[in-house]
Amino acid sequence: MASLVPMKEKKLMEVKHGELPSWMLMRNFTPSGIVGAFQRGYDRYYNKYINVRKGSISGINMVLAAYVVFSSCISYKEFKHEWQCKYHNEGTAHLIIGTSPTPIHEELNSGWIFMS
Amino acid sequence: MNENLFASFVTPTMMGLPIVILIIMLPPMLLTSSKRLISNRFHSFQQWLIKLIIKQMMLIHSPKGRTWSLMLVSLIMFIGSTNLLGLLPHTFTPTTQLSTNLCMAIPLWAGAVILGFRHKLKASLAHFLPQGTPISLIPMLIIIETISLFIQPMALAVRLTANITAGHLLIHLIGGATLVLTSISPPTATITFIILALLTILEFAVALIQAYVFTLLVSLYLHDNT
Repeated sequence: MASLVPMKEKKLMEVKHGELPSWMLMRNFTPSGIVGAFQRGYDRYYNKYINVRKGSISGINMVLAAYVVFSSCISYKEFKHEWQCKYHNEGTAHLIIGTSPTPIHEELNSGWIFMS
Repeated sequence: MNENLFASFVTPTMMGLPIVILIIMLPPMLLTSSKRLISNRFHSFQQWLIKLIIKQMMLIHSPKGRTWSLMLVSLIMFIGSTNLLGLLPHTFTPTTQLSTNLCMAIPLWAGAVILGFRHKLKASLAHFLPQGTPISLIPMLIIIETISLFIQPMALAVRLTANITAGHLLIHLIGGATLVLTSISPPTATITFIILALLTILEFAVALIQAYVFTLLVSLYLHDNT
């Protein structure tokens, strides 16, 4: 069925499933387009949660929570080694839901060094 | 364990791209601006905070020194917000890096000193010799005062870096110790947890105090030179 609105100006929710790849290619990927997209996103969030008569603390808490999740993803490699796993036998550890075989006695050793 | 302790201070990159630029740009995005006289709660709270800071800090300055108000208030807001955001888990704090703090300290200190030398040359040179010194001590004292002048930006940067880094390291260590102790002896773990809670409260205070101290010292150097 031919659409009456030109595809370039449709919003995401109005694009049909089959038209999605061609819609994505038509989007504005110039620097000013990307900046405009970020500006629109920022304005949407700001006007919905912060720029209201009785804004609560959750407006900024959501941003901080997203920041914490983002930082955890970035530093995932470093704290992957610190998981405490129940079995510190290298063979079985691999079988348990893919946890890395961090031996728990290494943590214990460092703990004792700290205590002494 | 040794390598892991300092791994959290590594500049974050994602596939080779420096994410640290985005992280440094986050605190300014949280500080809002508004075209209205009376705006939403968030912005009103920031306005109240900035008014408090300006009144406290810029009262002692002459009108010439007050032209630096924007710079000093931006400085304290940036350092305060960056330090506070760094207390969230797994986040990266730019002020733990000596490079960031040197970049903030050296231009501000140099600006204040050069301002003083351009406009009040005699008074700036007179700072090198305190009043009432015995004549025999004059050469040595001038050397000491010159050294103390040039050490000011280094001290500013290193003070901020060392305080924030030390606080974060302590939190890492005591948190790790608490986790390990839960399986060995829970009462000791409870005591360590209380220590951790107190330390976190201290770190919140330190985050704000360090921002204040940095800005206060810059404004003091400015006051000497205007």
